[in-house]
Amino acid sequence: MNDAPGTRDYDWWLLAILATICALGVIEIYSATHGSALAGMQNKQLRWLVVGFVLMFALSRLDYHLILDQAPILYLIGIAALIAVLAFGHTRFGAKRWIPILGEFLQVSELVKLIIIIVIARFFADVRTDELSLQDLIKAGLIVGLPLALILKQPDLGTALVLVPLLVVGAFLAGLQWKHAAAIALIGLLMLPVAWRVMKPYQRERVTSFMHPEEDAKGSGYQVLQSKIAVGSGGFWGKGFGNGTQNQLGYIPVRYSDFIMSAWAEEQGFKGVLLALGLYMALLLRLVQNAQRAKDRAGMFLVMGVAAALGFHVLVNVAMVIGAMPVTGIPLPLMSYGGSATLFVFLAIGLVMNVRLRRFVN
Amino acid sequence: MSYWFRNDNRLPQARLAIASYVIVGMVGLLLLGFWKLQVVDSDKYGQMAERNRVRSIPIIAPRGRMLDRDGRVLVDNYPSFSILLLRDDPALIDKSLPAIAEGLSIPISDLKDQLETTKNLPKFQPIVIKPEANNADVAFIESHLFDIPLLEMLMVQRRRYLPGGFMSHASGYVGEVSEQQIEASNGRFRPGDLAGKTGLERQYNDILTGTDGMRRVVVNSVGKEVKDLGHLTEQEPIPGKQIQLTIDYDLQQVAEQSLGVRPGAVVALDPRTGEVLAMVSRPTPDANDFAVRISADEWKSLNDDPLHPLLNRAIQAQLAPGSVFKIVTATAMLEDHVPEEGFKTFCPGYGTFFGRQYHCWVYYAKTGPRTHGVLSLHDAILKSCDVFFYNVGMRLGIDRLSYYGSKLGVGRKTGIDLPSEEPGLMPSQEWVERVFHRKWYAGEVISVATGQGAVTSTPLQLARLIGGIAMGGVFKQPHMLKDAQNIGEERFPISEPTVEKITDAMYGVINEPGGTGGKLKLAGIEFSGKSGTAQVIGYGTRDRVGKEKKFEDNAWFVGYAPRRNPEIVVSVLVQESGQHGGEASGPVARDIIKAYYDKKARKTQGQLTADDERYDLGPGAAAALTIHAQPVVKSASGIAPGHAASVDPER
Repeated sequence: MNDAPGTRDYDWWLLAILATICALGVIEIYSATHGSALAGMQNKQLRWLVVGFVLMFALSRLDYHLILDQAPILYLIGIAALIAVLAFGHTRFGAKRWIPILGEFLQVSELVKLIIIIVIARFFADVRTDELSLQDLIKAGLIVGLPLALILKQPDLGTALVLVPLLVVGAFLAGLQWKHAAAIALIGLLMLPVAWRVMKPYQRERVTSFMHPEEDAKGSGYQVLQSKIAVGSGGFWGKGFGNGTQNQLGYIPVRYSDFIMSAWAEEQGFKGVLLALGLYMALLLRLVQNAQRAKDRAGMFLVMGVAAALGFHVLVNVAMVIGAMPVTGIPLPLMSYGGSATLFVFLAIGLVMNVRLRRFVN
Repeated sequence: MSYWFRNDNRLPQARLAIASYVIVGMVGLLLLGFWKLQVVDSDKYGQMAERNRVRSIPIIAPRGRMLDRDGRVLVDNYPSFSILLLRDDPALIDKSLPAIAEGLSIPISDLKDQLETTKNLPKFQPIVIKPEANNADVAFIESHLFDIPLLEMLMVQRRRYLPGGFMSHASGYVGEVSEQQIEASNGRFRPGDLAGKTGLERQYNDILTGTDGMRRVVVNSVGKEVKDLGHLTEQEPIPGKQIQLTIDYDLQQVAEQSLGVRPGAVVALDPRTGEVLAMVSRPTPDANDFAVRISADEWKSLNDDPLHPLLNRAIQAQLAPGSVFKIVTATAMLEDHVPEEGFKTFCPGYGTFFGRQYHCWVYYAKTGPRTHGVLSLHDAILKSCDVFFYNVGMRLGIDRLSYYGSKLGVGRKTGIDLPSEEPGLMPSQEWVERVFHRKWYAGEVISVATGQGAVTSTPLQLARLIGGIAMGGVFKQPHMLKDAQNIGEERFPISEPTVEKITDAMYGVINEPGGTGGKLKLAGIEFSGKSGTAQVIGYGTRDRVGKEKKFEDNAWFVGYAPRRNPEIVVSVLVQESGQHGGEASGPVARDIIKAYYDKKARKTQGQLTADDERYDLGPGAAAALTIHAQPVVKSASGIAPGHAASVDPER
């Protein structure tokens, strides 16, 4: 077993795409915050990116099979951490999501996302049939359901939702039967009223204001409206770097983070959006390609778990920016400012690199 | 450890391919969404972004100034700052309200009230929370630009009147438009706009009011103006037009000083044209108090003041004209020959009519004889004998008296260009039947003939009346706008002998021995006039309750010069002074007429001073405001006949 893959085996294309997206993000964070009380935020983001790159390379060196071996223990650690954050966590913005590590507040749920990717990969790799049995499907559902419930309790609907596509994509690739899929979809529909009742008032408000944005011109409907105005007023060519009035005058809510795509679209226009979304598409397709070339099922599940998580983030965030989905508070990977979220993406890409480095190894 | 999964290389390539298509489809859909916003609906959102960031801020147009007849500035403007509260962000307002209240020293309950009353206005419309910012307020706003980004300063133009209530009843004052005015204005007024409330400010509001300009500024998401982004298009304000008044600053000043603090009024007219040369009413509020928002308490105290400082007595005081009215009675007598011109009567100090004694004022004289003896009309006017006119009135009857009275203007508005003029009252048979549903008592005419009883008139009315008679029956409509067109004119032909006799008598009042205005002579000027001392209550009642000041007589004097076709007529009312018209009011009229001739002499001799020559009508004329010393009358002492402020060097 040759366990020392060379540097030329890294996916340099993937890294180039990644770095380009990060650069767009840093540029837009600078544009959105310079001249305001938040000026200098791009430097903090750069620091996170450096840390992320280091962690990514570190994680890629460690054989993913060894990581998968420890999946049950990682799962227990993740659950314990979620319980701990509920018990002792730091409350910010009305939710218990943060624990202080190394002088920064980290979101435990970001780490848990990574653990669930690993656990799901391990679980479905253990399934040896081509068709996924109902029994295994339910098992997988329970494995994901427990942390999901704990994250919902924080409450953090956005992160909790990200766990769902991990399960869906995993199950799909593990041979999910169409009849089971149909049944789950039906049950899900029936459960919607129940879900509505357990939702927090602010979450319900977001959904209603999404349905009827004109009725709530100042609340979360206002945020979406301002975002749409920013995007729409950018036009095809954009208003130019630092010239977005919606952005510069503070009409776009959290313009350096959740709504950074809105600021980007205003200043860079449709051509800039084409570039950004093109890069994300290339990133995701590159991930799928890596999955297709993985040496084994376990590696394939790992890579596709990462692809599912990132794809879901991009979809939900960008759809929110253009008013096609309700506001959920999911950041745009690699462009939005944020420590924990950035670290998560790099660690996840680290896993992908890990799988790629070992594709020829027997 | 299980190593089996290292060798399981069955990959679901078909399903992975589906994943690729899903990704492409997903990005495609998102791009479609962006295409719709950024290309299809781009214009719509572009306009919305523009509306978001661009706000129109009014530039208040200055009101037109008021100039005196020589072009000197009487009413001007000065720039000042109002503090606006931006209402775009209710949560931030709630948070910052205590700090704002403390920083601007406004009670927080006031702020809350203002927010409550304006809560139905659009959110983007700021409200004025402090109409006039002081230096501390400006400093507070500047130092909290970031933590309280809700305050904005708006430059406004405030009215500046001459201090001490100078001419304030004539000029009137401005105030925030009322709801009714906004409704009636057809969109011309918005809440918070200033409009003339009284006086000339109200009369000529349309001329004086300019058109506010508009500045389009870039604002951030809390509605705060972003300075460094520069302003966009600007619409210049169009200042209101200035008006030139007929008022003569010099005469007005003399009138203000001469009347002092005594309650009453002065009107000076040029009977040849109807131009009002001076108009004073006392007591007076300072119109500057109204230029900034007046508090409810101040307003209440002004309204409840028993002396009614808001009343413009020159056109609104409807009081018994007293002996001044004898000129009407005399005119009726001479014109109708009832009784004949040679009529004489004996005045023993009283007359007995219908079994009742009517006293002449001379009966109560402190010095000298208590009777007038035998008088003709000329002497009766000179000495203002009541008994003579009781007899004339009895012979004339109310119908004739009422006819002449109203033809000469008593009971009718003069039509001066000021709001809220009162007509006074000329009683008649028809009037008592209509109002009291009874017949006229024959004895009532005795009082009316001497300007007592139900007859009332305003100072302005009497000025017009005396001036018009001296003009031979030509009554020009009194007015205050210098360039006024189509001045109304009433002609009530009075025969030349009648005018001669009456003006002779009025000349005698001042210039012949025994006249009631004998102390008022002016060397070289045909100063004529008629005094009046009108009872507020009957003499008998006054004797019973003692000489309390509030029952004192109203002193009238209407003087003019020269004797025929006068250039100036001055009507003076001093209320409840305890003195006769000739003593209390006569000197005021004399001061003004003397000042008129003094100025005229300086003009003809080419000795006009710099002050008189300031005919500058341009914008630079504003400086004139500070040059003139103001008449400040502080104490009530020294208001006796001598009145120290007189400009007469002979006194």
